[in-house]
Amino acid sequence: MTHLTRRNFVRMMAAAGAASSVLGWPIVSLAGKAEGRVVVVGGGFGGASCAKYLSKLAPGLDVTLVERDSRYITCPFSNAVLAGLYDLDYITHGYDALQQSHGVKVVHDSATGIDPEAKTVSLAGGSTLQYDRLVVSPGIDIQWGAIEGYDQAASERIPHAWIAGSQTMILRKQLEEMPDGGVVIIAAPRNPFRCPPGPYERASLIAHYLKQAKPRSKILIYDAKGKFSKQPLFEQGWQALYPGMVEWISESDGGAIEGVDAGNMTVQPTFGDPQKADVINLIPPQKAGAIAHTAGLTGDGAWCPVNQRTFESTVHKDIHVIGDAAIANPMPKSGFAASSQGKVCAMSIAASLSGQEMPDPSYVNTCYSLIGPDYGISVAAVYRMGESGIVAVEGAGGVSPKDASEAFRRTEARYSVGWYQSITSDIWA
Amino acid sequence: MRTSIGIPLVAAAVMVSSLLASPGQAGELTRGEMLSASCSGCHGTDGKSPGAIPDISGKSADYIRTSLEDFRSGQRDSTVMGRHAKGYTDEEIRLIAEYFERQK
Ligand SMILES: Cc1cc2nc3c(=O)[nH]c(=O)nc-3n(C[C@H](O)[C@H](O)[C@H](O)COP(=O)(O)OP(=O)(O)OC[C@H]3O[C@@H](n4cnc5c(N)ncnc54)[C@H](O)[C@@H]3O)c2cc1C
Ligand code: HEC
Repeated sequence: MTHLTRRNFVRMMAAAGAASSVLGWPIVSLAGKAEGRVVVVGGGFGGASCAKYLSKLAPGLDVTLVERDSRYITCPFSNAVLAGLYDLDYITHGYDALQQSHGVKVVHDSATGIDPEAKTVSLAGGSTLQYDRLVVSPGIDIQWGAIEGYDQAASERIPHAWIAGSQTMILRKQLEEMPDGGVVIIAAPRNPFRCPPGPYERASLIAHYLKQAKPRSKILIYDAKGKFSKQPLFEQGWQALYPGMVEWISESDGGAIEGVDAGNMTVQPTFGDPQKADVINLIPPQKAGAIAHTAGLTGDGAWCPVNQRTFESTVHKDIHVIGDAAIANPMPKSGFAASSQGKVCAMSIAASLSGQEMPDPSYVNTCYSLIGPDYGISVAAVYRMGESGIVAVEGAGGVSPKDASEAFRRTEARYSVGWYQSITSDIWA
Repeated sequence: MRTSIGIPLVAAAVMVSSLLASPGQAGELTRGEMLSASCSGCHGTDGKSPGAIPDISGKSADYIRTSLEDFRSGQRDSTVMGRHAKGYTDEEIRLIAEYFERQK
């Protein structure tokens, strides 16, 4: 027993537990014995979920969450803020509960580097954190330079508002200041990108605002794609609520934008004439958050390849990547999916640090979209691990019915708010 | 090594039988907990909902199981539950229902 490490002992206990179940006794509980240091970088939908569920599943673990900002502003419901339905406070969440009720140490700092050999994370403030397992959930960065003329300075005039906060408020202010009869352009990117139905929900809720405040205005959606998420439902909703106000321009009709001019407030499609507008919301191409690139977790691409069962990086051992930054298709880049991945990842880490077998993963997503305050639609899916990766369970999921009643749409709008309250409390409360 | 693990194995087996964990007790990672984590995004942590979506924490396993089966078959109308319930087998529904019954 002399050279038996604690870890091996835990493993052996697990083996004994399995053996005892063969003898007809129940399997012993072991995860209380899970030990180790887990560092989570990024306190958004993925990272904060993972940190909370790590401490819930394995209270013995030492969990540290590194988050740059003191408060988190959600992208979900930021389109409703643009429409004036909610204020920024409603979509702002803090880290007190994670710290005080769930025993997660929260460090407000930026991770600047990861050493996968030494198993350390360095922070901008100068300190270094040692980990046994690292979880990286940094969300997205904008691919500056992918659209000609679009850089950080231009985004003050032509907001992307695809990371919520000050960008959301710039766009809101521009909508409030534009004249009646003005033109709003929303430019949507090619797949994959954060929140596939997001640009179309945004068009809908801006239309809701304009219909009351500036009813002669128009919204043009320039799209780099030929089709989009929940398209028939969105088009039906626009027809019902905002006839003639929203026009979608497909890639094949010149919808893809290759450049912008922030001075003249024009967009340049890949073919056809430049188009002038009063407000331009350019949603540019995206990539995994900077720290994923710095640490080499993206390999040769824009996003991070992972083992889709455990979310462990296929580049670096003992580092897991979840949320928008990870390649988890067919799961979309959504907050719901990021949170689900955070929980599965927490299970995998708790299992590995307590010598248990990880239960087979189950993942889920639902994206609610509001077409108006009383008009909601959704798309849902349940996922399992297949032969070579995540697969959607056949026969489950799908979109809201096309022929639904007004009452049905109203109920889904109400549940959309209910979802927001549930998921934000599941993560930050 | 063979002899040196003999004793802890017995000791562990004794501890095991004395703990007699019911499913999900004291940190055992169960399938029920994994599957149920899929519901908390809408129903709240452990089914405790703060908003418009029904609270399902502590409801009887029978009620939850019957509800899911009826959503799945279409016997009970829903906006979204039918689409979710179709993603789970009978056995999985049983594990999920037992999990939420225990969350008081
Ligand atoms: C307009 C819009 C509407 C949306 N609506 C919905 C919706 O209705 N439903 C839905 O499910 N999803 C929605 N989404 C998508 C959702 O916002 C994202 O999918 C989700 O935020 C991804 O979670 P994440 O953890 O990957 O990243 P994030 O939530 O972006 O979290 C990343 C966190 O990491 C921090 N961070 C990054 N780098 C570092 C570093 N180096 N050091 C320390 N901290 C760092 C950031 O500050 C941030 O807090 C919407 C998105 C948009 C743009
Ligand atoms: C996308 C959000 C969402 C997810 C995910 C979800 N539910 Fe629901 N659930 C709802 C809504 C909304 C209702 C109300 C019925 C409806 O319109 O679908 C509901 C109703 C229920 C009810 C009936 C409650 C009552 O009081 O009669 C039960 C039970 C239930 N869900 C269990 C579950 C379980 C178990 C899971 C996980 C496998 C789950 N739900 C996942 C949204 C969700």
